[in-house]
This record gives sequence, C-alpha cells and structure tokens, in this order.
Amino acid sequence: MTRTIALASTAALALTLGAGGASAQDDVLACLITKTDTNPFFVKMKEGASEKAGELGIELNTYAGKLDGDVETQIAAVESCIAAGASGILITPSDSRALVPVIEQAKDAGLLVIALDTPFEPADAAHATFATDNFKAGELIGQWARATIDDPANAKIALLDLNASEVSVDYLRDQGFMTGFGIDVKDPTDIGDEDDPRIVGHDVTDGNEQGGREAMENLLQVDSGINVVYTINEPAAAGAYAALESFGLADQATIVSVDGGCPGVEDVKAGIIGATSMQFPLRMASLGVEAIAQYAKDGSVPQPTDGLDFFNTGVTLVTDQPVEGLESIGSDEALEQCWG
Amino acid sequence: MTDTGSPPDGGQDYEESLAKSDRSVASFARSHTPIETLQHVLHGNPTLVPVIVLIVSVGIFGLIAGERFFSAFNLTLIIQQVSIIGMLAAAQSLVILTAGIDLSVAAIMVLMSVIAGKLSIEMGVPAPLALLVAFAGGTAAGLLNGFLVTKAKLPPFITTLGTWSIFYALNLWLSGAQSIRSSDLDEQAPFLKFFGNVIEIGGARITFGSILMVLVFVALWYALNKTAWGRHVYAVGDDKEAAELAGIRTDRTLLSVYGLAGLVCAIAAWASIGRVGSISPQAFYEGNLQSITAVVIGGISLFGGRGSILGALFGALIVGVFQSGLRLAGVDVLWQVFAIGWLIIIAVAIDQWIRKVSA
Repeated sequence: MTRTIALASTAALALTLGAGGASAQDDVLACLITKTDTNPFFVKMKEGASEKAGELGIELNTYAGKLDGDVETQIAAVESCIAAGASGILITPSDSRALVPVIEQAKDAGLLVIALDTPFEPADAAHATFATDNFKAGELIGQWARATIDDPANAKIALLDLNASEVSVDYLRDQGFMTGFGIDVKDPTDIGDEDDPRIVGHDVTDGNEQGGREAMENLLQVDSGINVVYTINEPAAAGAYAALESFGLADQATIVSVDGGCPGVEDVKAGIIGATSMQFPLRMASLGVEAIAQYAKDGSVPQPTDGLDFFNTGVTLVTDQPVEGLESIGSDEALEQCWG
Repeated sequence: MTDTGSPPDGGQDYEESLAKSDRSVASFARSHTPIETLQHVLHGNPTLVPVIVLIVSVGIFGLIAGERFFSAFNLTLIIQQVSIIGMLAAAQSLVILTAGIDLSVAAIMVLMSVIAGKLSIEMGVPAPLALLVAFAGGTAAGLLNGFLVTKAKLPPFITTLGTWSIFYALNLWLSGAQSIRSSDLDEQAPFLKFFGNVIEIGGARITFGSILMVLVFVALWYALNKTAWGRHVYAVGDDKEAAELAGIRTDRTLLSVYGLAGLVCAIAAWASIGRVGSISPQAFYEGNLQSITAVVIGGISLFGGRGSILGALFGALIVGVFQSGLRLAGVDVLWQVFAIGWLIIIAVAIDQWIRKVSA
C-alpha cells in the first residue's frame, strides 16, 4: 500500500516536472493582456514585458483585444491564463468595471493581478495598479499652458477628449489639465459639467488624427478664437493642428497633449505641439513582469506609491519652451526615451 | 354602371345605350389617397426621400443653430467632412445594388493609403507611381472579394467580414500601427496631399477632395444609368437568375462591380490623405459601417436592384448635416449617435413601405 502511494507520487512529480520544463524559473508563466496589439503604446508594453521575461527566464503569454473596448476577448484571455496555471496577469482593462468578475476569479485561483495603465473600478479589484499618474499628466500641461500663453484669464479653450464613454484615462487627463490651468472642474470624474466661460467646448476624437481634425473643426465653428487646445493624445493633437492650419489659424493656438510617443515628440520639436506629458509603457510592463516573478518566488505583492492608490511609473513634461518652476525635458532628450 | 337610362324602344338601339356605359377595363375598385399617391411617386423616384430629408434638416438646423450652421463656410465644411465617407458610400452602393454588401471598403482604403505612404516616404518611390500601385492594389483587393463571392460562392457578408480583418491586419503590419506625419508628407510627397487643397469663394471653402467626391458620384451615376454595364448591375441585383437567363454574364458583372468598388476605395485613400493631413492606420475604423449608413439613409435598397447611387451622396450629407447641426446646437456626442441610429431605422422602414407599393 505504502509502496503504491510512493510510486504514484513519484509519477505525479515526474509529470509535473515534465509539463513544467527544465529549470524552476521556467515554471513561472506570466500573462500580458493589452487593449489592442496595434497601438504603439501597447506594442511598447509588449516589448518591455518580453525583454524582462527573457532576462528573468520566465515564460510570457500575450493576448490583446481586437480594438479598444473589446471586453469579450480580454475575458477569454484571463480565463486562458487561469487555465494555463499562470502565476500572474498584467492587464490593461478595456473596461474598468466589466472585467472585475473575471479578475476576481483569477485572484481566487491564486494569480497575482496587476492592472497596467488603466485602473480597475474599484482599483483594489487588482492586487496592484502600475500606471502613469494621468491626472498629474494633465495637470502638468495645464500648468504649462497657463504659464505660457499671454492672457490666461481670457483664454479660449478647446478640449479634445477620447470618446463618449468617458473612461478614467479620459477624464483624469481632461480634468487634470483644467486643474492645472486653474479651472474649477466641479465633479472630477465628469467631463463637461464645468461652467467656466473660457471653455469653448469638448469634443471626441477616438484618439486619432482624423477624429482630432474633425473635432477641432467643429469647435472652431463654435468659436474661431480658440487659443488653447488640450488633446487626449498626440495623434489627436496632429489632427487638431491640421484643422487649425486649414482654417489659417495655425499660429493662434497652443496645443498640449499627453503620451510621449515618438511622432508626438517630433511634433513638439517641430513646434506643432507646445508641450506633452510623456509616459513610460515599457517601464510599466517590465516592472509588472518583475513583480510577477517576485510573487512566484515568495508570494509578496507590490505596494502602491506613497499617497496614491497605485504604483506610479512616472510622467515627464516634454517641451522646448521650459517654464520656471515646472520641471521638464527638451524634445531632443525626449526623443531618446519616447515609445512607438 | 347598371343604370343605362330609359329602356330602348327598339331592339336595334341597344348600342346607343351601350355608349353611355362605363368603358374602362375591369379593375379592382380603389381610391388613391394622397398617401398612396406619395408612395407611388417615391417608388418611382427613390432619391426623393433623402433629398427632402436633406433640405428639411438643413432648414431646421439653420433655424436652431442659426448663422453658425447656415453659413457658406459651415456648409462647405460639412461637405469636406463627409467627402471620404461619401466616396466609400459610392463604392458601397455599387456592391449593395447587386444585393451584396462590402464590409471591407474602409479597410481597403486605409490599407491603400498606408501603401502609398510607405512607398513614397520610406522607399523613395515617386508619389504618382506609389498612387498607381495603391490603385492597382485597391482594385486587386476588390477583385479578391469578387472572386470569393462569384467563384467560391461565399456570401458577400461573410467574404467581406473576413477580408475586412485581413486588410486591417495587413495595414497594421505594414504601418507598424504608426502614423506617417504630416510634415514628412509635406517634405517628401506633397502630391499625396493634393486633395487637401482648397478653393475659396467668399466664405465657402471647397476642397479638391469635395470636388472629387462629386465627380466620383457623377461618373458612377453615368455608368450605372447610361451604359449597358449599369443596366446589367441593376438586373443582377434585382434578380440574378433572371438576369442570367436573359444572357447577362452575371459573374463577370459582379466581379467588375467589386473590382471597381476597390478602385474607388483606393481613390478615396488618396483623398483621405489630403483630408486627414497625415496617414493614420487607426483612422476610419468604422468607415465601413458609416458608408452603409449613408447608403441606407440614401434610400438604396439592401435587397439590391433599386435606388440611385446619388442617394448615397445625399445620405452621407444628411449624416454630416445632423452631426454638425446637433453639435452646434450643443447636443452631447452620445445623442448624436442616438439620432443617427434612428435615422437608419426610419430610412429602412420607409424603404420597406415604398417597396410594398402595387405597381
């Protein structure tokens, strides 16, 4: 009887070893699930995760939705990771709320879950969030714009946001910008409830050039005197500039943005974008992979940055017109750090 | 009818009384209400509905949003904003007239704009040559759809659902999901932005792209209405088997329709570079659905064979007018989406109602 049990457990052990691969670290599987695999931001994330996983000798599976908002694909990916016995999941949720139940399942199954870039609602649905401080990112360009333009008290401001669903990244950047510029934002999770007369309007861009152009055209139709333009990201900023140019108003407005993608930094250098807040997707993902490796080793969970409910992976203001009291780097330096 | 006056005196006089009788051919008793008359008129002129809707909506938004909406500047801006979706709708109309559907139009367009951009910016190919490659590519992409529909006998919906993903993936692979910047185009291939040029007349700003859209519609209208090919397209869409029995080479007609639609998408690709100012692989993701929206609102029947391609132009303009008008009236984006949704449903309901007419 004892002999049988011993044999069985040896066989089980052999099976586990056989399935797991040669070295102990190879047993660690990490999953990276991004919103899409098309946006350069996520491409960079994948690059950072792959590099770090290779360096630590752990296995990495990557998944992505077909487009931003593709919740089903992400749910299926989380389920695959649970089934595959992964140690942890890094995920940029396409929907901050809809993915919470499946994330709970993953946690129950003993996986470490880290939200990258976009926090869950509630944020503690994941063990930790590694993200850019998007509010801070908006605030920096808001402060910069206020310090740069001639008459901030009588500015005419256009805000080019992401889309109608007002996800957290969208309102955090938008409201951060206003806070930095000195506008009373009222409810800081709601875009458009402000009554400051300097705001000409909000419109949506889907975060690309075409949407940016159309949104800018529309707001210029409301008031052609717009001289400050906030944009959700740099492609939208490029579109806004094209619209201003076609209206013959290219020199009238200062455009600010968020991201730090290489084409965006080039636009800062060319003077199209006045300032942008750079974020660091590569760092987000590589820190995430490190955290999963650590968790697999000793079960320790990463802690948030002091004073925030997430781990801040940093944001840097990029501009060629530095303002006193506001730390920033120039476009040449930024080109060495940009992503995409 | 039964009352034939006083009874005849002699047997030979019956013809006299006959002269007073009803001479019309036997028919079902029916009275034409104004609604039915309208139904008949609309059945004969399917483009009338979108034209009326367009005129009425311009009038209403002119009243609501006032000067800002009803200026030459804004009205030409609307045309500029719908020019790309308009051209896609033209391509879409061709396919829908054959009772098909093309979900890949926007994907073909974006892919071709990326190809033209890559060739001229990164490989130093002269812009006109790069565009020729893109035109050939667009035609080939359309022919692939046509081949799958005619030879492999796949339903158009499934075929183009598949090629939509395929072309989109190729686009992302080629572009690395990165936009080609406006300033790079200005330096190395300004010709690609040709259709962004503007003619200013007073407050009106007419882009070359807007003119191109109108030309595309006029050319296709001519081809559909004044050539044998056009009649074949309608015949195939109305009843493919009957068309075949009548001696039309239906497969060849279908193939030509898909190929031409692909070419129109490639032409739209050139115009889109001028319109957007840069080449963005992420733009126009919903262009295929927007083009279908324009076609449907334009009164072209999804069942094929009925409707004028000019309807799609008006359909695209109606969407543009609604978006601009609602925006200038300060309506939230989400209610704009809501309004367009109702437009689609009402347009199709009207189409169904008109189709019920007894000819």
